[in-house]
Amino acid sequence: MALEEAGVPSVAVHTHVFARLARAAALANGMPKARQAFVPQPVVDKSAADLRAYIEGKDPVSGRPFMQEIIEGLTKPLDADDVKGLSFERSTPRLLAPDSEDNLRQLFIENHWTDFLPIVLPTEERVAAMLKGTRRKPDEVVGRMRPTSFREYWEYTVEKVAVNAVMAGARPEYFPVILALAATGCSARSSSTTSIASLAVVNGPIRNEIGMNAGIGALGPYAHANVTIGRAYNLLSQNLQGGSVPDETYMGTLGNPLAYSLCFPENEEKSPWVPLHVQKGFKPSESTVSVFFGLRYVQEGYGPREGWEAKMRRCLAAGAHHPPLIVMDPIVAHLFAERGITTKQQLIDWCAENAELPAREYWDDMWVQTLTRPLAEAGVEPFASRLKAAPDEIVRMHEPKDINIVVVGGGTQGAWKMFGARHEKTLSIEPWR
Amino acid sequence: MSDGIVVHDPRGYPPKVTGKRLANRPQNLDGKRLYLVDCLFDNSETFMDELRHWFAQHLPAVETRMIKPRQSWVDDAEMRAKVAAEGNAAILGVGL
Repeated sequence: MALEEAGVPSVAVHTHVFARLARAAALANGMPKARQAFVPQPVVDKSAADLRAYIEGKDPVSGRPFMQEIIEGLTKPLDADDVKGLSFERSTPRLLAPDSEDNLRQLFIENHWTDFLPIVLPTEERVAAMLKGTRRKPDEVVGRMRPTSFREYWEYTVEKVAVNAVMAGARPEYFPVILALAATGCSARSSSTTSIASLAVVNGPIRNEIGMNAGIGALGPYAHANVTIGRAYNLLSQNLQGGSVPDETYMGTLGNPLAYSLCFPENEEKSPWVPLHVQKGFKPSESTVSVFFGLRYVQEGYGPREGWEAKMRRCLAAGAHHPPLIVMDPIVAHLFAERGITTKQQLIDWCAENAELPAREYWDDMWVQTLTRPLAEAGVEPFASRLKAAPDEIVRMHEPKDINIVVVGGGTQGAWKMFGARHEKTLSIEPWR
Repeated sequence: MSDGIVVHDPRGYPPKVTGKRLANRPQNLDGKRLYLVDCLFDNSETFMDELRHWFAQHLPAVETRMIKPRQSWVDDAEMRAKVAAEGNAAILGVGL
């Protein structure tokens, strides 16, 4: 659409499963009649002959020959609507029309405003109570968010965040954490076809002030604060960014069970190492929230046992695109420390040196191919060096700065998990109290 | 029957949509330079290459040029300026 604005007649080609999404994006950009043509899904893994057949076949959306759509899209004269585009105001009301509780619950479900678990209806009284959890004014703008980079940003205020916090069942004392999550602008409801989820890690004094659980079951449904803050982050993401509706604003083909709620504090008191927020440049006395994006894979291990290096290497090899976030019980951290790994950074450096694959396998990863290869071809390091490697040459996949470790858990087992998750942001919670 | 419960709308605020016009179209593509923009999705290069072959075979009067943005998912202003300055039309594709 930017090319059209620059005066270049254009046709965008999509696969047919993205027809609704492509048209919705065109409408939101004021160009509802942007010319588009569609080929069957998938394009990935298809041979040149298969793709030639797509080109010589029919557009599966219009039913007309694909190349006819292309040629007409580039040459068909404009009509009045093509010339003026479509301008319109959109808004959302502050309050909904009064109705019964049952009807309102049904309305929230039908509008895809919930995660299909029961919500707390955001009455004026409940939202007002939530707003007492911060000094910030209800009409202050907190940030803006969108489900993916080609969609438009939606904006939100403190009050709109409070509405979603109420729906999630959160308490007013949790609200500064939830506001800081909203202020990251990082959506926990990415529309990615790869079925992304996000997790949040809380550090600093607020963990204990609001009763977060860094001990037994910290990642699970065993603490009111952990669960409802994580749920609020997901609900506010879908509602404040303009939706997370399958086939419209959500395209994750499998979905992700971690997208309901995943928020936990670091067990700073039981860890032998510096906490995450200090690694990110904050003072130990400052409360922060860190957002991680991805969660396409989860590995697990126990120990460290004698074979920990081999085990860890196998897990590290699982994710070529997103770097590892290693979450470990304090038992594991202390046993590493006893083995001479006295800082997180030492283990991070070891992981960076041992997260390896043969170049052919690394570059065969779909998202390395799609997102990393263009950077490599443009000469951006360290990707360019990896691209120069012979197919059987071993390449390192991740830089130390991209690998993270968080200590959490209740000491009932020497367990660790490895999430494929990219650190997005760490923000101070203090401005949101 | 009571007046019912009043609750807040949970949605954020969408931006105003400002209409944008399409570019003027040529009557045909003969003698025109058509940029084939490979959007860098996996296998899109193969697709765009087949599109280039199709034009060479069926509409040889159209000059096709392949071009790629510097990154996928990123608006490459430099590439866009080049297409606008040197091209008469463009096809962008294709993903997933």
